[in-house]
Amino acid sequence: MSQRVELNGVYAPSDDIVARVIEGELIIVPIKAGVGDLEDELFTLNETGRAIWDKLDGRRSLKDIASSLAGEFDAPEDEIEQDVLGLAGELFDRRIIVEVRKG
Amino acid sequence: MGDRSYCVRVRSDQYPLWVGKRPLLRRLDIELTERCNNACIHCYINRPEADRPAMERELASPVLKGILDEAASLGCLSVKFTGGEPLLREDFEDLYLHARGLGLKVCLFTNATRLTPHVADLFARVPPLEKIEVSIYGAREESYEGVTRVRGSFQAAMRGIGLLLERKVPFVVKSAVLPPNRGELEELEKWAAGLPWMDRPVSWVSGFDLRARRDSEARNEDLRAFRLNGRDTMAILSRDAGSYLKDMKAFGAKFMRPPGKRLLTCGAGNGTACVDAYGSLQPCLLLRHPASVYDLKKGSLKRAMEEFFPELRLKEVANPDYLKRCARCFIKSLCEQCPAKSWMEHGTLDTPVDYPCEIAHFQAADLGLLRSGEKGWEVDDWESRVRSLWERPG
Repeated sequence: MSQRVELNGVYAPSDDIVARVIEGELIIVPIKAGVGDLEDELFTLNETGRAIWDKLDGRRSLKDIASSLAGEFDAPEDEIEQDVLGLAGELFDRRIIVEVRKG
Repeated sequence: MGDRSYCVRVRSDQYPLWVGKRPLLRRLDIELTERCNNACIHCYINRPEADRPAMERELASPVLKGILDEAASLGCLSVKFTGGEPLLREDFEDLYLHARGLGLKVCLFTNATRLTPHVADLFARVPPLEKIEVSIYGAREESYEGVTRVRGSFQAAMRGIGLLLERKVPFVVKSAVLPPNRGELEELEKWAAGLPWMDRPVSWVSGFDLRARRDSEARNEDLRAFRLNGRDTMAILSRDAGSYLKDMKAFGAKFMRPPGKRLLTCGAGNGTACVDAYGSLQPCLLLRHPASVYDLKKGSLKRAMEEFFPELRLKEVANPDYLKRCARCFIKSLCEQCPAKSWMEHGTLDTPVDYPCEIAHFQAADLGLLRSGEKGWEVDDWESRVRSLWERPG
């Protein structure tokens, strides 16, 4: 897991990608080099990832997102925080999201 | 919640991106221009580079961007920029960045002669996400320029390829078997095998279409002479014998059967389409019969994909010769006969074209699917013959 994302940090989709919803599927298409390793590499998110992605708007902290999702899914907030940090870490490492504000 | 793996890397050609409904338009080919800076002996789409009337008729940048916008809105994930030579367009970079900015992958067909450091840097900075396909017509200057008929084109192509290699921009090469290069196919394949992204052998074109938007009988005579016979075609197709047989077994099991009366037996117009250089939308790159073409200046991509092409795909053949032969022929899938070939050779949609029929019959006999002199539409026990191919060891 990335050590560089913080629970109180705020993150948003990078300008180096385009997130497209095509027939219900979220497909992340890299634009600039350095996002993705292969020449024909796209990204999709699983159900958990999609729920988190939809709230990564550059305004809410990861903690706020986790809190919101815990309420929606009636799940323990500390477990949701692990999912949120996990996804954000993956996306940050791949340069799919960028830091807007530190925690 | 509870999954621990969130972000899945996928390759669009290997992953079923859509489990349910697929997008109305998945891939769009766009001929940016019919002009080319080469004058290849076999080509049917190479108006001169400085052809001003052609240039003035080409779709303007805002129109092309509008088409790209609509394609993306219909769920299109991939566009092909082809021609002619697409890099001749002065607005190529602008169109490319527009497509990529919409989240479209771009497949570029090019001869690489007009690749500059600037354009190569662009591809390195904003990768196309599909391998660029470079047409190479010979391993040496003499053979290459014997095809292109442009002095200096070989060095220019090699320079372009060098720029892609330096910047690690993925590409593959493809070619055509023609008299100037026929003696050096192995040499070209050996060179191509050394390229980092050639994950399969060079793709060779050898069955050239007559007429194809030009009615010059002299040109047709040249093209007839360029066409390979059955034996030479098989030599190319089966040069990797093990791989060829394996591919043919899988192909036979999936596709070999009489196709019936439907006019379009391929996927043309079903989620895919092609825009020519002047705004006509076609079900595929080659099919330009007036009855199968939709005018984008009078309608929309959406309407074409929702109404025009589905109606076209329901059409049935009327030609009695086709109904007697092709409709009943179990090796039809080996044959390049299709409405596009019929249009190019005969000006109709459903006239059998003899050349691909001969090649398909030669190939089928070579595979043991036909006995000497047999025709694919005369075989009653075709299912057992296809099965025997599938059951062959190897």
